[in-house]
Amino acid sequence: MSGLGPLFREEHEAYRDAARRFVEREINPHAERWEKERDYPRELFARVGEAGLFGAKFDQSWGGTGPDYVAEAVWVEEASRSLSFGVANDLGAHSQLASLYIDRFGNDDLKERYLRPSISGVLLGALAVTEPAAGSDVNGIRTRARQDGNQWVINGSKVFITNGSWADYVVVAARTADDPGHDKLTLFVVDVTSDGFVAIRMKMIAWHTSHTGELFFTNVRVPDENRIGEVGSGFRHIMTNFQWERVVLSLSGLALAERSLQTAIAYARERKAFGRPVISFQVWQHRFADLAVRIRTGKALAYRALRLHVAAEEGQDVGRDELVRVTSMAKLFSQRLAWQVADECVQVHGGSGALMEFPAQRFWRDARVGPIGGGTDDIMRNVIAGTMGLG
Amino acid sequence: MNLSPFTEEHELLRKTVREWLEGEVVAHLGRWEEEGHLPDEVFRRAGQLGFLGLAYPESAGGHGGDYWAHVVFLEELGRVSQALAMALSVQVDMSTPPILEFGTTQQVERWLRPALRGELIGAIGISEPDTGSDVASIRTRARRDGDEWILNGSKMFITNGLRADFITTVVRTGPPLEANPWSGISMFIVDTSLPGFEVSKSLEKSGMKMSDTALLFMDDMRLPADSLLGVEGEGFKQIMWELQGERLAVSVFGVEGAHAVLSEAIAYAKQREAFGRPIGHFQALAHRLVDMATEVEAVRALVYECCDLWNRGIYATEEVAMVKLAVGQLGARVSDEALQTFGGAGLTEGSYIAREWLGMRIGRIGGGSDEVQRQILAKIMGIS
Repeated sequence: MSGLGPLFREEHEAYRDAARRFVEREINPHAERWEKERDYPRELFARVGEAGLFGAKFDQSWGGTGPDYVAEAVWVEEASRSLSFGVANDLGAHSQLASLYIDRFGNDDLKERYLRPSISGVLLGALAVTEPAAGSDVNGIRTRARQDGNQWVINGSKVFITNGSWADYVVVAARTADDPGHDKLTLFVVDVTSDGFVAIRMKMIAWHTSHTGELFFTNVRVPDENRIGEVGSGFRHIMTNFQWERVVLSLSGLALAERSLQTAIAYARERKAFGRPVISFQVWQHRFADLAVRIRTGKALAYRALRLHVAAEEGQDVGRDELVRVTSMAKLFSQRLAWQVADECVQVHGGSGALMEFPAQRFWRDARVGPIGGGTDDIMRNVIAGTMGLG
Repeated sequence: MNLSPFTEEHELLRKTVREWLEGEVVAHLGRWEEEGHLPDEVFRRAGQLGFLGLAYPESAGGHGGDYWAHVVFLEELGRVSQALAMALSVQVDMSTPPILEFGTTQQVERWLRPALRGELIGAIGISEPDTGSDVASIRTRARRDGDEWILNGSKMFITNGLRADFITTVVRTGPPLEANPWSGISMFIVDTSLPGFEVSKSLEKSGMKMSDTALLFMDDMRLPADSLLGVEGEGFKQIMWELQGERLAVSVFGVEGAHAVLSEAIAYAKQREAFGRPIGHFQALAHRLVDMATEVEAVRALVYECCDLWNRGIYATEEVAMVKLAVGQLGARVSDEALQTFGGAGLTEGSYIAREWLGMRIGRIGGGSDEVQRQILAKIMGIS
């Protein structure tokens, strides 16, 4: 059959309804208070788990309902449309990073101990790759794991670890040999109750509800059974998961952009200037139309990236360069756009755009993380250039 | 998971279209552009080869293919020349679809079949010297005289207008009602061989020169009764229907045109050296080309989503306006960055990049300007 055919099926629309109802019941009514308090109850994770919303991309044998990455994309969109982007990012770091690493690269023992309770939301996870001196340049990681009998001893530190300041376990990328090289990184699951582990919550201008952490490891002992995959396989695993991560970031950025545009239009209808609603001025109508086109365009690209990811998961040969190129393009396009839309949302609010009592400034601050987190815009451009034989 | 909308058959078709273009067309494009004239023979050959009726039903002389077959044809045209694509798309996507949709069997036989064979050339007549997308303001009038209609007025910016055998035209046949300014408009198939029809002027344009554009004048032109297309007074609705297919088609060859100029620029950036290395290895240029490639990839994804809706028979007014706006802007922007990449070579008259840069600016104006698309979208979004 020719043509693309719809991406979302009927069951996905039902899942979307359920996800949206959950967000409207469990997150949105509390969002303003949580943002003000810069905190929210950990129990939210268990609520998400009970509702089955952590399970779409995971196999039923571990408590999931999938694997169905299209359904997972639906959840990502709905969670990111919530009124608290920081909460959405904590949930995302737990599920799209920590849990998924264990699902994809861990053995059954690790899955039993960490994945199953992650899907039910009773155990919180985080992924720790970035360090003070190494971000997207993963090879520059200095955190060191030395083998000592049946254990590993980890020393070093990590920064900007989303969900990291209150996680129960952290998937840590550490160097397992002194010399540099792609094959010298290994992943470990570190229990945060281990001696020598300290997590401090970082104070950021954005994502106020998020529990972004700075992590310190001083002679932290990890049993060898908490090693994920072979020694030296860490870099490969990180690179593999980047593609899905970029799809997720694209979808979440676009959801935030939609929320910002919706908020901007609603305000423009209410607010009067020169005796008429701001929305009646043609420049704002056309600006909003332009933004709507950009969002829809970004979605088409993100959905194309999602199709590629799903096809690859189904075992189709989509070509690694093609997957990397399109997912990176989607991330670049969407995150930059989210901030632009949020900026226009602030602009239409005039002076109120700077007031903390309006959500516009929050969307704007939260969206600013996008072109930095998960690989900056310029890193995306470098990656894409590489797939095109440029640079 | 379906990644490509095209089947193996489509790819075979693509190969055939490409062979024709490379064998009989591409070598002459520079000269045709310089002379400002695309030979009628190109229409005929495209018709003979079956390319003009790919997605038309067999009962009307077409090949009964799906929309994606036609997308293949439009993409291949857009890849080599926006002007060529425009001329042939006016034939297939603008002047003829209303005949299939609203015409009688006789009209299909007399105009559509020969048009799909490339033996008759068609044009679409909407714009006038004083009005464009504001269709309700057209002044060209047809009044009944017994069995016939008498047509008076002029039409402006008419692609294929110098050589058209027929013009699918919107005219006023009655006064607008106060409650409905869009009433009183009808469509006609104007036979240009009849007395009273005159090409007032061949319009010289900055780009797409080989695709002729004319100012037409109709002076007491007598049209037989069977010139009326569709229902009297329903012309506004009919032409709004036509515009959807038109806008989608120009978007399809427009996005491929943007992709093609960017590909040329990237190839050039890899080969042209400055300060001892290929210019594409300078990060600033590499990143700019990446940004353009990202835009092309995103807009094409949107165009394909829209084509998919169209192919499934979904009348997607919002998406069509979106792709029209997005592609118009894309073409102008990407071709400009491509021109910049070529440096002085891009300014050379007759070069591919210069020709397409000149042509792509038209994408933001023709078929409803950027501003008109935004206005349509604002209305659909409920904010105007």
